[in-house]
Amino acid sequence: MEIYLIYKALLVLTVFLIALGVAAYATYAERKVAAFMQDRIGPDRAGPFGLLQPIADGIKMFMKEEIMPTFSNKFLFILGPSLAMMTALMATVLIPWGGDLVINGETYPLQITDINIGVLYIFGVVSIGVYGVMIGGWASNNKYSLLGAIRASSQMISYEIAMGLAIIALLMTTGTLSLREITQQQAGSLWNVVYQPLGFLIFLICAFAELNRAPFDLPECETELVGGYHTEYSSMKLGFYLFAEYINMFISSAVIATFYFGGYNIPFQEYIPVDGNVLAILQLLFFFAKVIFFIFFFMWVRWTLPRFRYDQLMGLGWKVLIPLAIFNIIATAVLMYALGKV
Amino acid sequence: MQLTNRKKVVAKKEMTFAEKLYLPAIANGMSITFKHLFKKKATIKYPEQLRPIAAVYRGQHVLKRDENGAERCTACGLCAVACPAEAITMESAERKKGEEHLYREEKYAAKYEINMLRCIFCGLCEEACPKEAIFLTDRLAPADFKRGEFVFGKDKLVEDIDRPIDLSGRQTQAVLEFKKDKTKAHNQTWADKQKLLNTKKHH
Repeated sequence: MEIYLIYKALLVLTVFLIALGVAAYATYAERKVAAFMQDRIGPDRAGPFGLLQPIADGIKMFMKEEIMPTFSNKFLFILGPSLAMMTALMATVLIPWGGDLVINGETYPLQITDINIGVLYIFGVVSIGVYGVMIGGWASNNKYSLLGAIRASSQMISYEIAMGLAIIALLMTTGTLSLREITQQQAGSLWNVVYQPLGFLIFLICAFAELNRAPFDLPECETELVGGYHTEYSSMKLGFYLFAEYINMFISSAVIATFYFGGYNIPFQEYIPVDGNVLAILQLLFFFAKVIFFIFFFMWVRWTLPRFRYDQLMGLGWKVLIPLAIFNIIATAVLMYALGKV
Repeated sequence: MQLTNRKKVVAKKEMTFAEKLYLPAIANGMSITFKHLFKKKATIKYPEQLRPIAAVYRGQHVLKRDENGAERCTACGLCAVACPAEAITMESAERKKGEEHLYREEKYAAKYEINMLRCIFCGLCEEACPKEAIFLTDRLAPADFKRGEFVFGKDKLVEDIDRPIDLSGRQTQAVLEFKKDKTKAHNQTWADKQKLLNTKKHH
């Protein structure tokens, strides 16, 4: 039992560090991908290929002067970025990173915890993320920050509905809310994206909006809102907001991979002639490959598509995605009934 | 009335279903950005890598010395007259006895200033100079924080006597050909002018 607790604590720490590491290097990757897509080279001065750039950026963030607006609410001003960062990290708890490790007859799952309402938990945590943005924008006591925060929260709330509806269709086919079971169902069979192509598309679009990333990065569009909800933030508090965004991207990629792309399963893994533990490690690596692909995909889209106008954003969310998601639920239900799956 | 044939009738036609989906257009755009990942980069890594420049590149000026180390400039002021940006000013002085090793001609520039903020690096001063004294070089005029520093005096313009600036790169075939052409007033000595006048009289 003690070993088990130590193992869990170690796993939490590892996942925490990996999330931070991936987020740090996502900033580097973002700049590199952007540069390459624009026929540039990108950061290449700090270390070989600029690989120490995230560390340099981190040091810079810490060395910056910390400015607190005079008329801001000090407590809320600090709570905002803390909340954004905390909620971003909380969602890592449920991701199944790989199969089980068996050492001396004891099983060590590569997942911090599996709760039977996992999907709901993730949605709950993501929803709290809105508060980080909203509180930060409001506490800044600046109209641009407030406008950015209002945009962010209304956008997130609108797209959460379509996202939830897309997930409902997925839950109808899988019949479970546990991420582990959703993953295991996809072992040796077709991935969920084959059964839910429309649902996946809706989920993906909503994920972009939830992450406040281009083409839905209205909350922080510099041309209209100076810097969006983090206009007044400086130093590492700003760093927390930016960092939380990249952690969220990491988590979203992991969630998309788990829900729709077979989680940690490798296609035809039952034919790979290796020991269970080695397979678990391979699965872990394969899962990370999927996650990194989706992170790249997020960046790819960001440097391709222009930003939406605000009314277009709301129009797409309410008038297109929600009806489409409802249609998807009905179509799934009809198909399942017709095929005798209910 | 139709003035040109460039007129285009803009039809606001209904979008087809495929167009309304936007997904084909998005896929098309993404394939374009993906192709750019592998394209040759336009970046030149500056301090290590230099952009190739022309042999006759027009950078910071130099006032040349002759083979004995005397300044070639005679303060005739033709460069200042030729300068379209009015960046050049000078003050002349008479050469004293015993200064023959310093100045080639009897008159020299006691003060010679180029305002590098006004200069447009057109090279007309180099073209105007009858003494081959001023040249533009492949050096870049350095940046500074104060405007006053950009008025370059003789201290910055006259070449170092021990480290003459190599201009052989500028003496391209075309330049050498031009210098030989005595019909160009620029290349004429007094004797050439007399000769040309005589030939004109004959005709």
